[in-house]
Amino acid sequence: MPKAKLKEHKINRRWCKGCGICAHFCPKNVLEIDKDEKAVAARPEDCIACRLCELRCPDLAIEIITE
Amino acid sequence: MAIKDYIRERFFPQMWCPGCGHGIILNGLIKAVEELGLNKNDIVMVSGIGCSARISGYLDFHTMHTLHGRALAFATGIKMSRPELNVLVPMGDGDALAIGGNHFIHAARRNIDMTAIVMNNRVYGMTGGQYSPLSGYGTLATTAPYTNIDHPFDVVDLAVAVGATFVARSTTYHIRQLTDLIKKAITHKGFSVVEILSQCPTYYGRKNKEGNAYEMMELMKQTTTPVGSEAKKQNHDLIETGVFVETDKPEYCTEYDKIIERAKKDN
Amino acid sequence: MNEKIIKFVQGNEACVEAAIYAGLGFFAGYPITPSTEIAELLSVRLPQTGGKFLQMEDEIASICAIIGASLTGNKVMTATSGPGFSLMQEALGYAVMAEIPCVIVNVQRGGPSTGNPTHVSQGDINQARWGTHGDHSIIVLTASNHQDVFSITVDAFNMAEMYRTPVILLFDEVVAHLREGLTIPEKGALDIVDRLKTSVKRGVDFHPYLPREDGRLPMSDFGGIHRYNVTGLFHDMWGFPSSDPKVVHGLLRHLVDKIENNVYDISRYKEYFLEDARTIFVSYGSSARSALHVVKNRRARGERIGLLELQTLWPFPAGIVREKCSEAQCIIVVEMNMGQVLQQVKTAVDNPDKVFLANRIDGELITPTDIRNIMRLIQGRGV
Ligand SMILES: Cc1ncc(C[n+]2csc(CCOP(=O)(O)OP(=O)(O)O)c2C)c(N)n1
Ligand code: SF4
Ligand code: SF4
Ligand code: SF4
Ligand SMILES: [Mg+2]
Repeated sequence: MPKAKLKEHKINRRWCKGCGICAHFCPKNVLEIDKDEKAVAARPEDCIACRLCELRCPDLAIEIITE
Repeated sequence: MAIKDYIRERFFPQMWCPGCGHGIILNGLIKAVEELGLNKNDIVMVSGIGCSARISGYLDFHTMHTLHGRALAFATGIKMSRPELNVLVPMGDGDALAIGGNHFIHAARRNIDMTAIVMNNRVYGMTGGQYSPLSGYGTLATTAPYTNIDHPFDVVDLAVAVGATFVARSTTYHIRQLTDLIKKAITHKGFSVVEILSQCPTYYGRKNKEGNAYEMMELMKQTTTPVGSEAKKQNHDLIETGVFVETDKPEYCTEYDKIIERAKKDN
Repeated sequence: MNEKIIKFVQGNEACVEAAIYAGLGFFAGYPITPSTEIAELLSVRLPQTGGKFLQMEDEIASICAIIGASLTGNKVMTATSGPGFSLMQEALGYAVMAEIPCVIVNVQRGGPSTGNPTHVSQGDINQARWGTHGDHSIIVLTASNHQDVFSITVDAFNMAEMYRTPVILLFDEVVAHLREGLTIPEKGALDIVDRLKTSVKRGVDFHPYLPREDGRLPMSDFGGIHRYNVTGLFHDMWGFPSSDPKVVHGLLRHLVDKIENNVYDISRYKEYFLEDARTIFVSYGSSARSALHVVKNRRARGERIGLLELQTLWPFPAGIVREKCSEAQCIIVVEMNMGQVLQQVKTAVDNPDKVFLANRIDGELITPTDIRNIMRLIQGRGV
């Protein structure tokens, strides 16, 4: 099965509480917590769409949209 | 269906603290239900009282938020009346095993077909960080300022001893395993227990210097090992995860149907 | 089979037969004297009707299980005595708050604590009213003989449905264990109130806590076509928690008013020779049997004496007591406690100084002789 390719990180800034779980466990170091304490995809080109960030987000605030 | 189809969106952002493990369990549970393709209308969720118990309010199932420790007892009445429904009972560690310990062991003993999910953060989160029966010897809590001298018990060992027919453990770090075990537990016919080690960064983490949410999750990764692994033999302190018991035993509702048949015949 | 069935039974069995007559579908309990026969008999009778009987791990689990079962559409009951009734109080409040119909039988024994398990008492009147915490109203019914136990039990199920509330049946050990005749009414002879179910169709927004114009709250079987939330927290019309002062105020008022505003409809009582009575006994349960005995004896001798037998204890029928006792010169409350109904009667009547207590608190049934002796003292005639 060919790996899904990332289209976008859909981050719900209203729901995100900036806990940093997504960024810390991202295997490719794609995500960061910005100055407003919200998750952002700083290096989306490195994303392998493994979805670990989406699965582990306690606030259901991040969604990986693939092509 | 998308995640949003399973939740009551108007209550989001949810009330848990940033990084609270209970949110990860919510996430994994939705995924499990989605992957099993269950109809929302066929799911009843009964919870007790605690931070953990608030999970029921966020889910668009038939939901009942009951009393501290009593969720399994309420759920028993529901399941006996409507055996065709999937009954899920998420509970905090205090909820399930301190005040609700008696209901826990007896629901397991009866082998009534429900899924008990113990959201174990080793603390009373909702009331502000007092020790729970699972905090463990030597830990700190707002009511154990000089260290806790209460010994914990092992939820898995207990569940096995009292006759649960599906017993498993995972952690919020092991999100894929967590989801997979919840799926197995829901599918299992009989009383299933899934203990999920969860983090309360606000109280347990802070008091016991385990750091923030992801640092606590890192610790879960380091202190656990798959059940039956070589590592466990080397280091006895490791906590095993995975499926511990999966057996068949007559299920309570099915057995009661036979009672009705017998009673009608005798009459 | 529509014929009358006459049986020679204990009061506990009369309660069981009535519960089945009223449509009981689910019972959960934990054995305790002097209520145990109810559980034993239902373990036989319920499955015969397709209903379910559960022996739970304790009384807390029992009441929680029946609340769950009621939500799904069943008529439900549990039965216990003092210690078990004490354990049930938190969940009783849950049923009040979430407005879940259920019937709780408390066959009273002597208390406090384990007390006097096999002996008679009527000490739980105030506990039944105020046992669970917080402001609330509750319906509490009782009876003095088996035919009345039957009809009041049917009433209890009806009121539970009518007002969406727990109803407590407060019996006592003498009525529960005494054997006497019982005629089981034909099917249809007594009215049965069934669960009021919503007419809201599948897919249309259902508000589980939005009362109809007549104040009644239709239900949707939990686990059925409508998904909603049930909680013991103050909640809005969808059943979701709310601490909005307006919501809190409105719900508490509703919980109290739905019962207190219907006190006349809820009141059940029997009167004996009250028309011209100057001395009136106010009594209930097995105490009322002895009081009635005295009344009949004295009437035969031409004394103007009567009995007001209460079957509804809560909401206390103060208006009825006041009206029935308005001409009385002496009101004697006969009960087996330290004066729990006495206090209510004193508050209800115009002149509390003419209200006296005839009681017994030693675990023995108050007898006609006991009552006569106390009357002599009240009248200043000595023993
Ligand atoms: C009968 C009763 N006793 C005490 C409480 C107060 N209380 C609410 S939640 C809670 C403990 C919650 O701890 P846990 O079950 O572990 O859930 P968590 O909040 O950690 O998820 C307590 C003691 C209560 N609500 N009811
Ligand atoms: S895990 Fe979720 S809540 Fe936490 S920072 Fe990432 S997106 Fe935000
Ligand atoms: S999908 Fe995987 S690689 Fe991409 S951002 Fe999320 S965790 Fe990182
Ligand atoms: S107090 Fe602890 S358990 Fe409760 S929401 Fe906060 S982190 Fe979670
Ligand atoms: Mg906890």
